[in-house]
Amino acid sequence: MNPHRSGRWAARITAAALLLMPIAGHAADPAQVAQGRYLAVAGDCAGCHTAPGGAAYAGGVAIQTPFGALISPNITPDPKTGIGGMSDAQFLQAMHEGVGRPGHLYPAFPYPYFTKVSDADVLAIHAWLTTLPPVRYKIQSNQLPFPFSIRASMRVWNTLHFTQGRFVPDAGKSAAWNRGASLVQGLGHCGACHTAKNSLGGDETGSPLQGGVLDQWLAPNLTGDIHTGIGGWSVAHSTSQMTDQDRLAIATYLKDQPGQPATAPPAVAGAVMQLGAVVYDQQCAACQTARGTGVDGLAPAFAHAPGVLAPDPINLVRAVLLGAKSVATDTAPTGAAMPAFGWKLTDQQIAAVLSYIRASWGNAAAPVDADQVHTLRGSLTAAAH
Amino acid sequence: MQVVAGGWMFFTPEEAALVEVLVDRLIPPDPATPGGKEAGVAVFIDRQLAGPYGSATALYMRPPFADGLPNQGPQSPLTPASRCRQALAALDRHTSDAFAGRIFRQIPETEQIAVIQRMESGSLMLNGSNGRAFFEMLLQHTKEGFFADPIYGGNRGMAAWRMIGFPGAHYDYRDWVGRHNERYPKPPVGLSGSAT
Amino acid sequence: MARALPATDVVIVGLGWTGSILAQELTQAGQRVVALERGAWRNTATDFPTTFAQDELRYHIRHSLFLKPAQETLTFRNNASQTALPIRTWGSFMPPNGVGGGGVHWNGQTWRFNPTDFRLRSHLTERYGAAALPDDMTIQDWDVSYDELEPHYDRFEYLCGTAGLAGNIAGKIQPGGNPFEGPRARGYPTPAMQQPFAPTLFAAAARESGYHPFPQPSGNMSQAYTNPLGVKLGPCTYCGFCEWFGCGNYSKASPQTTILPVLTRHPNFTARTQCEVTRINTDSTGKRATGVTYIDAAGEEWEQPAEMVLLCAFQIFNVRLLLLSGIGTPYDPVANTGVIGRNYSYQTTSGVDAFFADKNFNPFVASGAVGMLIDDFNGDNFDHAGLGFVGGGFMGAAQTGGRPILGTLTPPGTPAWGAAWKQAVAENYQSSYSFSTHGSSCSYRGNHLDLDPTYTDPHVRKLLRMNFDLHPNELKMSAFLTDRLGEIVQKMGPRQLVKHPRTGPYSVTPYQTTHLCGGAVMGADPRTSALNRYLQSWDVPNLFVMGATAFPQNAGYNPTGTVGALAYWAADAIKSRYLKSPGPLVPA
Repeated sequence: MNPHRSGRWAARITAAALLLMPIAGHAADPAQVAQGRYLAVAGDCAGCHTAPGGAAYAGGVAIQTPFGALISPNITPDPKTGIGGMSDAQFLQAMHEGVGRPGHLYPAFPYPYFTKVSDADVLAIHAWLTTLPPVRYKIQSNQLPFPFSIRASMRVWNTLHFTQGRFVPDAGKSAAWNRGASLVQGLGHCGACHTAKNSLGGDETGSPLQGGVLDQWLAPNLTGDIHTGIGGWSVAHSTSQMTDQDRLAIATYLKDQPGQPATAPPAVAGAVMQLGAVVYDQQCAACQTARGTGVDGLAPAFAHAPGVLAPDPINLVRAVLLGAKSVATDTAPTGAAMPAFGWKLTDQQIAAVLSYIRASWGNAAAPVDADQVHTLRGSLTAAAH
Repeated sequence: MQVVAGGWMFFTPEEAALVEVLVDRLIPPDPATPGGKEAGVAVFIDRQLAGPYGSATALYMRPPFADGLPNQGPQSPLTPASRCRQALAALDRHTSDAFAGRIFRQIPETEQIAVIQRMESGSLMLNGSNGRAFFEMLLQHTKEGFFADPIYGGNRGMAAWRMIGFPGAHYDYRDWVGRHNERYPKPPVGLSGSAT
Repeated sequence: MARALPATDVVIVGLGWTGSILAQELTQAGQRVVALERGAWRNTATDFPTTFAQDELRYHIRHSLFLKPAQETLTFRNNASQTALPIRTWGSFMPPNGVGGGGVHWNGQTWRFNPTDFRLRSHLTERYGAAALPDDMTIQDWDVSYDELEPHYDRFEYLCGTAGLAGNIAGKIQPGGNPFEGPRARGYPTPAMQQPFAPTLFAAAARESGYHPFPQPSGNMSQAYTNPLGVKLGPCTYCGFCEWFGCGNYSKASPQTTILPVLTRHPNFTARTQCEVTRINTDSTGKRATGVTYIDAAGEEWEQPAEMVLLCAFQIFNVRLLLLSGIGTPYDPVANTGVIGRNYSYQTTSGVDAFFADKNFNPFVASGAVGMLIDDFNGDNFDHAGLGFVGGGFMGAAQTGGRPILGTLTPPGTPAWGAAWKQAVAENYQSSYSFSTHGSSCSYRGNHLDLDPTYTDPHVRKLLRMNFDLHPNELKMSAFLTDRLGEIVQKMGPRQLVKHPRTGPYSVTPYQTTHLCGGAVMGADPRTSALNRYLQSWDVPNLFVMGATAFPQNAGYNPTGTVGALAYWAADAIKSRYLKSPGPLVPA
């Protein structure tokens, strides 16, 4: 079916009528649709394709990138403004090669990851999407400056950063490892945020997934602000809706990935520790407790916490400056938040208290430099204006 | 962080000079703790009267206005800022009449204290009305400025909190609930951090 | 002209404790619920975080979290011989505002009323004879029993994670708890708070006097807690900024820390803030509510049609909306007829200040509901024969904060200012203590609410008028309670002791409590009650009125526990009976 052939007539088809129309080329296979729904939720399509408060999957989310704002498209089966006219082959091409109806897609759409997803899974997602209520919603254009506004420029990018090809299982690993690997490398597009990016927004392939849990907050990667803007959506819709089996598979794979070689951290100066202890007592202890144990489900524990000990403390600095909010889910609805301290603590105080946290209760990570706090404070202030 | 008096925001220099004397009589300096003036209480009052409190934006200010009974609460048609300004002028007029042309801050300290006592007892009329209302407002503002967080301009160096042993904005005393009859040793902290 | 919105199943006026509870219960029952709140949305980390919550000037002195009198106030007089004047700035009580309502800035003192409190007139008449009650005293039975409310008290306490030590589990008296309380099915969800120095000393003195001290039941957490909805609360840090303040670290039970995180995820729930309801609309018969009219933040007027209206605003504002909407018969104190505005009651508080020579209390190590109390003189727990009054209250050492603008005591005879004052403050801050009594308030013919003939709000709607004074019964009771408290405190060995029994006339200036009660009370008889036992309007059966508005008189306890229990009790009746067959739940 290609409603575009029908021109004005098709544009008048009501949403209800569309739902009732048989969809050519798709067997109405409930199992396939169900599988597609599961995969779409796991891959968090809604994270980018549903605007907060907007119609589901109708797009219109502005994704801020270092190159300008990209506006996500409508992926409901509306023939005029959505993907209603797309064939399976076209959908496969978009997911696997990053080529869509307007031409080359920008890699904020993580096709460098989706290329690893099997044909069957892609088609299941397509089958499910076609069952959605079509939404007539024309999105505004992208706001990229030249030369990125020329979609053909992505051809160059692709030759540098894109390798097409499906996920190939490692026969030497378990089924769970391979399932986890396929999710992480493919549909989960974890590296889109968790792998550092080069100046053109391509993956630094030498250090996959080493970006740190919240590294996407600042690293200038293509999907940078996606998850800070709609972080609540992301988790509520994606991994939290996966089966335990898939979550275990991801854990199996991730725990098997090589990390950084361990190095002894430099000692923290006594005066810094002293100042840090005072700031901690006055500002942090009320929620984190005097001994850094936190409160389960409200405030994280600091001792031996990978997020606290990460080589680059940028996320800690950012949390102290701007505050942070945990994500609420159906099973953990509290969604507690930490207030901003940027207005009341100096660069020195923030550096000292973080150095103190990173060197107390058995922790041993490098001190935080006040200059780094100063720089981040500056860039965050600039970003806010 | 310290609030620096970068010029008066509400008071004229004359009014400010008068208020600085008044707050020092209400809370005089002693060897251990500064008085109202040095603690920044006049700055505090100036900032409060310049802001929403001074202009009574939160209060019910619809007419008709009537004096009412004391237990019906304040009924003035004037904002706190206007009441203060009018009373300060009336106070200087009073001392000028009673002390051969000298305004309040020019009369001897013992006389200043006596005038305040007459306001407190209600025996001094200001602007044709009982001076006690202004005295009560002034004393309340003075104690607020002395004990409020230093971000508001008073309680400089958290001097008032040090005087009584109040730790200020500390938010965690879990380790101290069970330590009975033992003085809490840590210095006070303000909303914008330690005094030092 | 108001523009009509699409109809909903339930519209809730006010999103505080009762609005949140009802919204949660009814969305779970499949109802579409729209809550209208005239104040702002409030979250812990943005509105009262640990970075600036502990600000005595902003929150306590300047009333930052409360309703602004400029938006709405009420007028006051002691009796009909006076002209009521507007309360231009709050004093005696502090009406709440904003999402969470009073649940944001309460102390967390979470009590159950005594079994006899719910059948007060019957009980007192049985024990002391009808002649023991003054003619103009209009106390009455609630038409709901403690036993009926017990499961609903339990639900509210487990929602809040209330910290305490049970005194009576299924009829068995528990050591260390309040032996006078009604039987509870199980203990408190969390252990009692840790006690500071002064409450510990008070408990010893009370025990020595033959009384039964117990830890105050607390909505501030003694330990981390996850409630039945899955929402987590943290442990209280005894920061001393509780009442008047929002809690910065999720350790005080409030709608924000117990219900809203779950409620706001429900697709059937909508909240509109800064929307002030101006009227409950009824159809031409006047017997059916059709919805409400409200004004949004932009001044636009809207009509929200609904199948059911739940009044969940603060006590006095529920009464005013009923009067402004012409629902029910206004009370006439002369003829003693009508019900809307009838039986307004309050709380009778008093205190004892004591000055010690050798004590250091660290008064700032505090929480809204940490303290040791006795209930030996509450309700009818003691024989009133020959005392000349009925009622009573709890008393003891409750350590709610050492905030210095209002929290400094000086011994009697100290000047209010000058060098002597300053020295006395410095000497007594750590070693003085205010003990308190918290007494009941009976209802009387003269104590009532109506619309003021003169003063209006910014929408030119009449303000509510409060007619209230303290009666000899309450003054005698307060003197008695204060004397008993003084005797116990004397055993603690103070250098000086000053008793402050409540005296008349009632004044709206000094803060007493925000426990305003009655005005549209529940009961068995439509001639003396506005609501039936399920808080359903006798006149308009698809209208329910929550909160202390329904109390026929106030007991010697803080009202929130009973307000919460009544909300669950009403929700239960709505879900199990009303939704299946909308109409009167009790034949009139």
